[in-house]
Amino acid sequence: MILGSALDIMQAARPPRITFLDYPLGHSSGRPGDKAEQLAVVRAALAGFDATRTEQVNSLPYRWSGNNDWRQQATDTSSGDQRQPRDETPRYQFEADRLQAEASQTA
Amino acid sequence: MTVKYIDAITDRYNQLGYDAYRWFHADSPPAFAAMKKPLKDAKLGMLGTSGAYAVGQIAYHYKDDTSIRAISKHTQDRDLRFAHITENYLPGGRSDPNCIFPLASLRQLESEGVVGELADEMLSCMGGVYSQRRVRDEMLPAVIEKFEAQKVDAVLFVPM
Repeated sequence: MILGSALDIMQAARPPRITFLDYPLGHSSGRPGDKAEQLAVVRAALAGFDATRTEQVNSLPYRWSGNNDWRQQATDTSSGDQRQPRDETPRYQFEADRLQAEASQTA
Repeated sequence: MTVKYIDAITDRYNQLGYDAYRWFHADSPPAFAAMKKPLKDAKLGMLGTSGAYAVGQIAYHYKDDTSIRAISKHTQDRDLRFAHITENYLPGGRSDPNCIFPLASLRQLESEGVVGELADEMLSCMGGVYSQRRVRDEMLPAVIEKFEAQKVDAVLFVPM
């Protein structure tokens, strides 16, 4: 079962089971801070394992907001390249993570 | 109307003068397998592509990093971190990991008996790898080997 928010990209790969949450990318398993919704989303995705036909899409009923601003931002092609530089340096979220990882590697 | 990410990203990179982005399009139907046992009796694994790592693990780099991480199913959200080349999609997960790497939700569903059992470790990768060959030849064999060793019956795949 694939649980995600980019329906066209998921369908291009033709997975056997899709659960689609129509949210901005980065929130495939629910809205930040809403534990009840997060649990309901994953529960719904797991229910899809019972599917008996392939390439079915289970579209979840949740809506991110009352307007479409986030969709317009997602398709704004004038926003440039938002990706980070590509090199082989591990990108720790926090400096403390790097120190702890390096300590773990030498332990 | 759902967001057409393939069209939008292709247009964006065209405007930037980049070479055409080569999306993966499957040319055959997926292998479909009906569940051999109900989920309440099954062992479930997970793969997330959001670049999750646990404190103490090495973070991902952003130049086609095909490595994977195995994260204990007992890891708490406060010990989950994220590194992904599209960091612009990470603020939600970095503030609340369960919205993109739903380990806490899966643990809850395991405790309720919805899932028979979770694999001991959830798998993670950094999905921003721009070589289909390296995903196919390097990343996927490692993922499959791990799932086979875990003897999982089903997998939840959570792309970002």
